[in-house]
Amino acid sequence: MMTRFREEEELMTSGHLACQGCGGPIAMRLALKALGEDTICVIPACCWTIISGPFPYSALKVPIMHTAFETAGAAASGVRAALDIQGRSHTKVLAWAGDGGTFDIGLQSLSGAAERNDDIIYICYDNEAYMNTGVQRSSATPDRAWTTTTPSGHPKRGPKKNIVEIMAAHKTPYVATASVAYPEDLMRKVRRAAETRGTTFVHVLSPCPPGWRIDSEASIRIARLATDSKVFPIYEVENGEKYQINVKPRDIPVAEYLKAQGRFNHLAAEDIAEIQRKIDHEWRRLMQKAMMDSYSGSHY
Amino acid sequence: MRKVIMGNHAASHAVRLARAQVIAAYPITPQTQIVEELSEMCASGQLAAKFLKVESEHSAMASIIAASSTGVRTFTATSSQGLALMHELLHWASGARLPLVMVNVNRALAAGWNIWTEQTDSLAQRDTGWCQLYVEDNQEVLDTVLQAYRVAEQIALPVMVCYDAFILSHTYEPVDIPDQDRVDAFLPVFSPTRLLDPLNPCSFSALVQPEHYMEMRYRIQQSMDEAIGVFRTAGEELHRHFGRRYGNLETVATDDAEVVLVTAASMTGPARLAVRKLRAEGVPIGLLKVRLFRPFPTAEVRAALAGKKKAIIVDRNISFGKGGIFADEIRAAMSNVDERPKIFGYVAGLGGRDITPAFLEAIAREALEKEDPPELEMKL
Ligand SMILES: Cc1ncc(C[n+]2csc(CCOP(=O)(O)OP(=O)(O)O)c2C)c(N)n1
Ligand SMILES: [Mg+2]
Repeated sequence: MMTRFREEEELMTSGHLACQGCGGPIAMRLALKALGEDTICVIPACCWTIISGPFPYSALKVPIMHTAFETAGAAASGVRAALDIQGRSHTKVLAWAGDGGTFDIGLQSLSGAAERNDDIIYICYDNEAYMNTGVQRSSATPDRAWTTTTPSGHPKRGPKKNIVEIMAAHKTPYVATASVAYPEDLMRKVRRAAETRGTTFVHVLSPCPPGWRIDSEASIRIARLATDSKVFPIYEVENGEKYQINVKPRDIPVAEYLKAQGRFNHLAAEDIAEIQRKIDHEWRRLMQKAMMDSYSGSHY
Repeated sequence: MRKVIMGNHAASHAVRLARAQVIAAYPITPQTQIVEELSEMCASGQLAAKFLKVESEHSAMASIIAASSTGVRTFTATSSQGLALMHELLHWASGARLPLVMVNVNRALAAGWNIWTEQTDSLAQRDTGWCQLYVEDNQEVLDTVLQAYRVAEQIALPVMVCYDAFILSHTYEPVDIPDQDRVDAFLPVFSPTRLLDPLNPCSFSALVQPEHYMEMRYRIQQSMDEAIGVFRTAGEELHRHFGRRYGNLETVATDDAEVVLVTAASMTGPARLAVRKLRAEGVPIGLLKVRLFRPFPTAEVRAALAGKKKAIIVDRNISFGKGGIFADEIRAAMSNVDERPKIFGYVAGLGGRDITPAFLEAIAREALEKEDPPELEMKL
């Protein structure tokens, strides 16, 4: 079924400052459609600091509190506490951060909020590097990718940090991956996150044309390839226990995904073969988790 | 070799020439090119250093404190929010008497976000026990980083080299990049006297009770006092080795001046033009550039300003509830001098607003006309 977008339901306006083909505004537009106008948005330093527009403008029709880079989790908790004590519990709190603000500098405050199970929706739009500052590596940068701090002669070595597993290990009530290539799935997950009490976490793959060295019109196609090649599986985890894969990949070789992006230009055939082996291994592990029985009681 | 490079690359080249061994840094506009260039240098083998690509500035500072304690020459660079996040560790570095060198590209602080230049970020770290220098152009960036290593290792205290966002960090200027052997002659190999070593097991930065803590602070203060002379000597040595002279202060046409314009960092460039123009009209004005801010060269400032009628201090920073920080330091330095000038304090250029020669000229004219100075005037 096709979702129809109606103008009056748009909570994001035109005139934002994202680059062409950026996944960030697409993800935000979809997420806010799912959340509705009774939402407060907390944004740490990231491209969205710029995208939302400079003072005195805003590209969102919901309130935004900009906050320091390392503080999204703690700041969202603070808004939640203040809303609750005032009897404004109906208002949803959205922490909206990049991969750097989530996987790296903000991990401590995210972990703190998740462990307390504060009632916030945390969405990480992951473009796999520090894009605001000009493409430096983050711990979400994939194995062997080029960035300005992992130059192609010496690309990043080692796996991308598995943030979903980290959040699942907190026994967070609801954790999911999503992608701008699957808008209906993304919106369903954000709605589900909003309906779930406690901390919920949605990890959204969000292509960055200049950082990934792709054409701006290729964003969605490449995001789709990420899922079809099992680089970025689309799944959800309830209470850190119950895994469900939501999109069946089309089993495309990872080479097709990698070769479509300049940031992987320097890879040799052996690199690609090894990346493929790791992806196949991770996929098998995920399938096993999806088949496991889960603990049926509540953790909270 | 003379090359046209941006201020950030001047810093990277200085770090390469200083043969830093452990670098830990986190990207932030307007510092990123330092980190990117050093990554390249480490990757290509031009610099035999270990580069820790840490997950925050707090970790960057913690890592280089630890690396320095383990006996190597270190480097980090940051700006604004990153420096603020390091604050706790800045005290750890000086308390542990570590000769760290850091570049801070001066940038305004949130809230609201602003990436443009202002010096409140580093001046707010005034009391952390770090030496601080404010530099005027890209050549001075390179030279001052070298000077910083030499002094830091001599006095066992950390040094912060500060320069203005974009005006220097991203602007290309011709810079003489000295050969390695000349830098090696200026900057001796780092040979720490104490380091983490199982062959000589010591405990670093342990609990210190009141009977010792104050002595340790006394010795930091002593080293800071000593550092004024050490910086002066290192500045003269820079001249001997590379032909460029840097004092703790620089004075221009102050000998016969009745009024002195006081600046720091890149606004000194436009100030030179403003003073030249006013001089040409016969106005008895001179210029004082304050390069060393911590330790504060009180005696040198007194010598430069004693007997003058007015000192006009332009601050690109603010201590809310008081005023410009350089103005306040100078007011304090002059307070026990009999023949002291009236201090005119102006705050201008916050958050990257331009400070042009014409603007400085107008400020100078205003102060020349006024009999009594306002405590503080913010030039909007
Ligand atoms: C304490 C601190 N350190 C560094 C910065 C500079 N900074 C701003 S955004 C950013 C990168 C953000 O990366 P990410 O979270 O992945 O978001 P993206 O820009 O990629 O959307 C950095 C390093 C900052 N604002 N604050
Ligand atoms: Mg990112």
